[in-house]
Amino acid sequence: MPTTIENWNPGKAVDRHPEATYEEKERLFLEVKNDTRYEDFLYGCYECGICVSACPSARFYDFSPRVIAQAMAREDVERIYDIITEDIWNCAQCFSCVRCPRQNNPGGLVTILREVSLKNGLQESKDALQGYSRVIYKVMLKGNQVSPDMLQPDFFPDWGPWVQNFTQNMHVWRKAIPMDSIRGLTDVAWRTDRKTLLELYTIWFESGNMDIIKELDESLYDLLTDVMNEELEEG
Amino acid sequence: MTELTTVEQILERKSHPVTRDASVAPTDDMHERLLELEAKGEIVLQRMKGDYVEFPTKYGRMKKIPIEHTWHHKSCGHCGHIPGYASSILWLHRQFNLDYHDPTDQTSCTGWNYYASGASNAVGQAAVMSRNFAAAYETGYFPMIHCGTSFGHYKEIREQLVHHKDLRDEVRRILDKMGKPLVIPEEIVHYSEWVYAMRDRFKERQLVDMSAITATVHPACHYYKIVAEDAIYDPEIYGGQRTAVVTALLEKLGVNVADYSTWFDCCGFGFRHVLVQRDFTRSYAVLRKIETMINEANPDLTVTHDTGCVTTLDKSQFAAKAHDRKVGVPVLSDAQVAALAMGAHPFRVVQFHWHSTDWRPFLEKLNIPWQKYWDEFQGDLDQIRAGTKSGITWQDADTPIKLQSI
Repeated sequence: MPTTIENWNPGKAVDRHPEATYEEKERLFLEVKNDTRYEDFLYGCYECGICVSACPSARFYDFSPRVIAQAMAREDVERIYDIITEDIWNCAQCFSCVRCPRQNNPGGLVTILREVSLKNGLQESKDALQGYSRVIYKVMLKGNQVSPDMLQPDFFPDWGPWVQNFTQNMHVWRKAIPMDSIRGLTDVAWRTDRKTLLELYTIWFESGNMDIIKELDESLYDLLTDVMNEELEEG
Repeated sequence: MTELTTVEQILERKSHPVTRDASVAPTDDMHERLLELEAKGEIVLQRMKGDYVEFPTKYGRMKKIPIEHTWHHKSCGHCGHIPGYASSILWLHRQFNLDYHDPTDQTSCTGWNYYASGASNAVGQAAVMSRNFAAAYETGYFPMIHCGTSFGHYKEIREQLVHHKDLRDEVRRILDKMGKPLVIPEEIVHYSEWVYAMRDRFKERQLVDMSAITATVHPACHYYKIVAEDAIYDPEIYGGQRTAVVTALLEKLGVNVADYSTWFDCCGFGFRHVLVQRDFTRSYAVLRKIETMINEANPDLTVTHDTGCVTTLDKSQFAAKAHDRKVGVPVLSDAQVAALAMGAHPFRVVQFHWHSTDWRPFLEKLNIPWQKYWDEFQGDLDQIRAGTKSGITWQDADTPIKLQSI
């Protein structure tokens, strides 16, 4: 097709992902755009690059918060699909990019993109979260993100011999902490009331959180729902 | 007079305190809208009871910081992997007999997971925050947030709740199932703001001379970058150009605070990265932070005020030795430094043994005979192992170690 003023579209991405239809890519973009927070996070882009200069991921990856804000502002469906499948998991979520003079929040846009990606079961996101399921299990079931017993030498070899030393002494070290809410606990960070955990489970079910987990990892979903439902039934 | 270069002009301008006016701030302050929502009966606005002090935020609004009657919203990372961080915060309260509550009716904000995986949504995150705030309200104590990410995350959720009625309605529907109201505290307070507010009182009780120490400061991203207008800035610290917390404490305690060029950079934590893709975390922490600090300031210590930053900066240094990088800077939180200055036991309270970068030279420079206190602590552990002691309690930890008062 010859380029005319009607179809001339400078800067738009070419179709790098023919495995997905344009309609599917557009549907994902509209899901992002319809998020309550979208308008709070995007006001347009000067292309000044201040966000890129502050971004840690831009130093180590082919990643640019400016491109994300630009693609969103232009509603460039092809480019946004590239971002959702190739870029979003590189973001460090530090929010250094919010020094944007137009008050954009590229890190916040990434958050929405990640949510939409998971809700729609994109394989790239499942790959990026391989090995992460045990953390989701811990935080959703126990109400703590991390616990001492997660610090195992096999998972943290790069932290050096300290981890081995810690593992050998974990049970006694945990008893040697003066705070009542922590002392002696190894499978959770602090002691949480049962009633508190039941309220947390209610939130996960009522907020639609479990639907996201189902798309991400069905076996994790089955495990979590079994335990939570049993606990909620006991009351 | 010699004409200044452009760079010198910028440095000259930045060397003077800036006057800020909250009424012309470039960002939105939602506090009046909180009052409107309270008047309409949409939210319960929890107010501080008892003493508070006020400090200026980035654009001049005065922020209230409670001194006591606080509900300690603990941090997963502190309690799980750096328990001396949390116990130092509470030890400081106990030294001044300040009333506090260490709740078990508290969950994680779950923000670390959210920023790592996206496996949640706006409603779920807002409901978790509101449940915790309702739990604090039920006790009559005012929330004090230990984690920088929880602090930033909650500030962002507060904005979302204020701006979006549909989100408020949905959160209220979920809270109704638990019989809880939608509570928002009048301020969202980070513990490091309380440390900042208390620094003069810490100085009065200081036992350890810290004047031999050079320290760098890593300001935590989620403290001052998320909802930037709600962090404390002090014209006396960096001319009001950077947040004043942490640095103001160190200067008050006599520490030589040294600057370095990458102070604005994050630590490399990355939320997902630190758990499952640490090549990024290690590289960033060492190349952009620790090595830069050593090249430019050669510190004895680096100090920060958030969970992930302490973990990342501390634990990332080991592997870099294999590449002959410049590493070896111990990492502490501001609360741990304050507690140490006031004579907190290095192991029963500050819990140095949970930190992996070698902290011994730092304690030796402070003239703290760490081996003596380590032996004492080993005696505690032997008793615990033998079953003659169930664990260390505040009774064991409250009394400052015997040091010559300075």
